[in-house]
Amino acid sequence: MSATEIKIGGLGGQGVILAGMIIGRGASIYDNKYATLTQAFGPEARGSACSAQIIVSGAPVAYPYVHHPHILVVMSQEAYVRFVPELVPDGLLLYESDLVQPRNLPAGVTHYGIPSTRFAEEFKRPMVSNIVMVGFFGAMCSLVTVGALRQSVEASVPPGTETLNLAAFDRGLQFGRDLFSHKPATVAQRPT
Amino acid sequence: MVSGKQDGVLTGAFYLDGDHACAEGAIAAGCNFVAGYPITPSTEIVERLAQRFPQAGGTFIQMEDEIASSIAIQGAVWGGAKAMTVSSGPGISLMMEHIGLAAMAEVPCVIVNVQRGGPSTGLPTLPAQADMMQARWGSHGDYEIIALCPNSPQECFDLVIRAFNLSEQYRLPVLFMMDEVVGHMTEKVVIPPRETLTIVPRRYTQLSPAEYLPFRAGPDLVPDIVKAGDGYRFHVTGLTHDERGYPVMNAGCQDGLVRRLVDKVRKNADKIQQFDADQLEGADVVVISYGITSRVTMRSVQEARARGVKVGHLRLIVVWPFPETLIRKLATQVRGLVVPEINLGQMVLEVERCAGGHCKVVPVPHAGGAVHDPALITEAIVEAAR
Repeated sequence: MSATEIKIGGLGGQGVILAGMIIGRGASIYDNKYATLTQAFGPEARGSACSAQIIVSGAPVAYPYVHHPHILVVMSQEAYVRFVPELVPDGLLLYESDLVQPRNLPAGVTHYGIPSTRFAEEFKRPMVSNIVMVGFFGAMCSLVTVGALRQSVEASVPPGTETLNLAAFDRGLQFGRDLFSHKPATVAQRPT
Repeated sequence: MVSGKQDGVLTGAFYLDGDHACAEGAIAAGCNFVAGYPITPSTEIVERLAQRFPQAGGTFIQMEDEIASSIAIQGAVWGGAKAMTVSSGPGISLMMEHIGLAAMAEVPCVIVNVQRGGPSTGLPTLPAQADMMQARWGSHGDYEIIALCPNSPQECFDLVIRAFNLSEQYRLPVLFMMDEVVGHMTEKVVIPPRETLTIVPRRYTQLSPAEYLPFRAGPDLVPDIVKAGDGYRFHVTGLTHDERGYPVMNAGCQDGLVRRLVDKVRKNADKIQQFDADQLEGADVVVISYGITSRVTMRSVQEARARGVKVGHLRLIVVWPFPETLIRKLATQVRGLVVPEINLGQMVLEVERCAGGHCKVVPVPHAGGAVHDPALITEAIVEAAR
């Protein structure tokens, strides 16, 4: 039995919770694993630092919270500063490279950046930055299959926006795959 | 989402939080009337019902407050509806008078409490399990209720259906005791086709209007019901009443009525109780937990077993009526019973009462606002085993 713990952090309004929902739904509904999502409630989800936490496992998840993520995805500097100390020593960090400077990164952490907001602006819809990031996530680790993530994007976004969001997803995915062809990443799935 | 349509019961696999799953469970149970005054962390339940009821054939009314909500559902029941109200601690406190009325007038209904930190307005967005005694004893006078504690979104769906079934079977208010974490946690929820669900229908009388007495109970101590407009004469009151439903205020009538209200639960307790037992046989220590704390406990139990402790886990699914017989028996077989809960000692009092000094009873209290650190429960298990 192995469980992989993920934390996604950013500012309220960046779609951090939706990104977590897409990853969790992809893993549980389309990849048929167990995935438990918890999220920040209260004022932090409405403008300041907020986070979604997902545990993906081959067995039912008992304790639902993430304290030491194997994978950290950050969309703001504040979230980076706040959450990076929690990352396991050999963890994977994915970050919004225009908004986050990964200073004082612990040794051993594998890290990749993507200018997801800039890519989203190419679609004239900066709000799909989170979906670009989910595509990037799909490229950089094999935890949730790309097919499951795509289906989950389609099922999770408002009706009528599927094409836009899938294009955003593919942009992030392609950027990640191109990076991969230059430097191989570790697969972030480790026993707890 | 696998299949699913936007009307009636959604069938398929969904990724839902506990609040939404509870709303879907209510719809699947046939609930068609909900009155409420939205309050965190239960708001998503009524949000979803307000959105879904127009297609599913139900009515949601946002009332002026919780007092009105808890009486509107009872009027709806007498009109033939299957009804529920939804709130959290501050609102449940306001509903207490009407929960007593529902017990007294034997109104089948479900009251959902997504527990948050208290007292008073406390911690709106953070969990607690501190309304467990209020659920049992919150209204005045002698009465019994039934209370269930789900620990996952799937159970929010499954068990709210059972809550409706129990309310119909025993004609009483059933309290559905969720908590903030269970309400806001998202997991896969599998919703089976409606025809495979067990739904207990309302026990409408088979008697003619001439023969029928609204509060004459059968052998299971529960009277059959009628609804307004079917041509039966009935009278509903919070006053002590006879089989006709008419106020009769003397000690004899009180004794017959109130004993029956209490006995219909106590004497059927073994049919109502529900729990998960994990390795109770041969255990030196048993942890007794419920709701979200049961999931934290699963990790602690695993850790304690890895340290060589023979520990069992009893998860209460139906918390009221309390499984007295089982706890009495366990107390004679183990060295210690460990009771973690997100309050400063509520259900542990029941455990102590039933243990009767036969074994150690170790509370693991938490004032609320978070779940336990699993290590705290592990330490209590290890300590109790010594």
